[in-house]
Amino acid sequence: MTIAPPLELGRPAPESAPEPRSLSRRRPRGFSKADLSLLVVSGLSAVCFTWFLFYQLTVFSGAAGFVITSILAFLGIYYLANRQLYGRMAAADRVIATLVTLGAVAVAVPLAMIIGFLVERGYHLISWHFLTTDQRGVTQLAPASTGGVSHAIVGTLEQVGLAVVMGAPAGVLTAIFLNEVGKKAGGNPGALPEDASLFARVSARRAQALFLLARAIRVVITAMSAIPSIVAGLFILVVIVLGLGYGLRGLAGSLALAILLLPNICRTTEEVLKVVHGSLREASLALGATEWRTVWSVVLPTARTGVVTAVLLGIARVVGETAPLLLTIGSNSVMNPNPFAGQQESLPVFVYTYRGLSRQADIERAFAAGLVLVGLVLVLFVIARIVGNLRPGSLQQLLRRLHLAPKEALS
Amino acid sequence: MTIAPPAPPDPAGTASTNGRGGLSPGSLVADEVSAWFSGRLVLESVSLEMPKSLVTALIGPSGCGKSTFLRILNRMHEVVPGAELGGQVLLDGRDIYSADMRATEIRKRIGMVFQKPNPFPAMTIEDNVLSGLRFSGTKVRNKKAVVQEMLERAGLWNEVKNRLRALGGELSGGQQQRLCIARALAVGPEVLLMDEPCSALDPSSTRRIEETIAEIKNDVTVVIVTHNMQQAQRVADQCAFFLAEENRPGHIVEAGTTSQIFENPTDERTADYVHGRFG
Repeated sequence: MTIAPPLELGRPAPESAPEPRSLSRRRPRGFSKADLSLLVVSGLSAVCFTWFLFYQLTVFSGAAGFVITSILAFLGIYYLANRQLYGRMAAADRVIATLVTLGAVAVAVPLAMIIGFLVERGYHLISWHFLTTDQRGVTQLAPASTGGVSHAIVGTLEQVGLAVVMGAPAGVLTAIFLNEVGKKAGGNPGALPEDASLFARVSARRAQALFLLARAIRVVITAMSAIPSIVAGLFILVVIVLGLGYGLRGLAGSLALAILLLPNICRTTEEVLKVVHGSLREASLALGATEWRTVWSVVLPTARTGVVTAVLLGIARVVGETAPLLLTIGSNSVMNPNPFAGQQESLPVFVYTYRGLSRQADIERAFAAGLVLVGLVLVLFVIARIVGNLRPGSLQQLLRRLHLAPKEALS
Repeated sequence: MTIAPPAPPDPAGTASTNGRGGLSPGSLVADEVSAWFSGRLVLESVSLEMPKSLVTALIGPSGCGKSTFLRILNRMHEVVPGAELGGQVLLDGRDIYSADMRATEIRKRIGMVFQKPNPFPAMTIEDNVLSGLRFSGTKVRNKKAVVQEMLERAGLWNEVKNRLRALGGELSGGQQQRLCIARALAVGPEVLLMDEPCSALDPSSTRRIEETIAEIKNDVTVVIVTHNMQQAQRVADQCAFFLAEENRPGHIVEAGTTSQIFENPTDERTADYVHGRFG
């Protein structure tokens, strides 16, 4: 590496630099080894300090207290050390950065513990056999490895799938109404001048009516999203299952789940549609598109990732629901693939029921089923993420290649 | 600058309005146009002729109703809640606000380019160009040829011909605006309205767009709103000076050929404005 000769003060740099300077990279904001060692040393001294405090000075005990005291001591030591080395501002900056990181880690810890616990208790039962058989013919004394949860998996997929089929379009359409129709409104007939024309009065009244309708719907949606899930289950039980004599079956559970799903999807989708810039709607209208065509061809594709995420969050909201299903789908220990007739099982209900039984084999089955449920959610998330992140157009291409999409009007 | 020979009015064979004896239609006349927002008068009795094959520039300080006037010309004004208008806008002699005219049809015949480039971010460059045709359900036999022709007319083809499948949002600001022009031209409009199309662009992109205007003006009547006096002088054949004063909503102070407005204005306010003494 060549080093440029030092410049004399007050003189401009020589215009023609004959020697090509080598490209040495500098990273002004890098995290150097000194910083890392400072972090490690602070951590170690915090643990030592806490150990000294707990076991030499006082009679404190307990793992939780030890961890919390260590973290506090670490922050203090880290701050003091940084202040000594880099000054007050840099020390505060680093301590805040560390706090934020610790917060994120603290959120991840319980999640990791839940999954780790489930894996530990349930993993040994997971097998192809467990996923593909039901509990038919499983006797009281059979070991946990006999029988499986295929009937519950199929039940959950069908109930949630039907709930999405019913709830998601309704939720998205409601969001479109709230954002694309009701929001434009807001005319105030009272503020019109005396000589306002009939058109102005009528359009202001129409706008106000739509605005009020949208506001009422928004209140209803908010109230719906606050319904406790067991109340949704009770409602379906009383009105559909008992009231109409429909009986316990998968579809009844789907209805209860759809009630929970709809407001969730609606509110998230509305937030997503708000982000689509108004200039895109104007561009579409200015090309001669109708309003529905604008929503269909411009607004929804632009917000596609967000709408997929909204549906996904809705599914995540209901896939683990137990209470409404307990009241509506009944229970079944064998496969019933028909959600429209006969009682069904679902994974959360299976977990709930088998965890309540007294035999060890059943409790193990409950943990394994819980693990299957988590795995199912994970698979759904991955699929939805892939669909949501596909480049615009590539989904249509994929479907066309699979001969699933209708021929385009343009081709 | 070379001016392209007048192309047939509708090379793509897409518009439903072609075949009028070889004359490219597109003469626009505003007759006593007024506009209200929520009952407040913002534009008062504006009359202006925008003859075919000429570029008309609308100039004037901010808030004088130029953009409102422009939006009235292709029925985008009525999209705003509480917006009203009076008077007539005649496209080839027919009022575009008469009961038998549909707004979607009018907007296909009178295209618009906005101040900020707004290509559809979820569509590829290709799909952006074809979007207007797709919205109206028009069948196109040769999509590739249409895309190429429109991008060439908008002066963008050479820059994007190798990445037609890239998203519209991946282009630079100036390229995006030319894509928007290509998108507007693809529908086969008779009139193209441009609302300060260069205000967000750098000088070289501005020059490309001005060249584009010069190239398309033989086929399309162009009406452009601009705050840039030099631009008005460069691109426009005629100018209209808008002004809103105290107690007086927006109106046209003076309209005439570009040389008349800039070199020999009859009204003192016009002279002050075009010479940069206010606004």
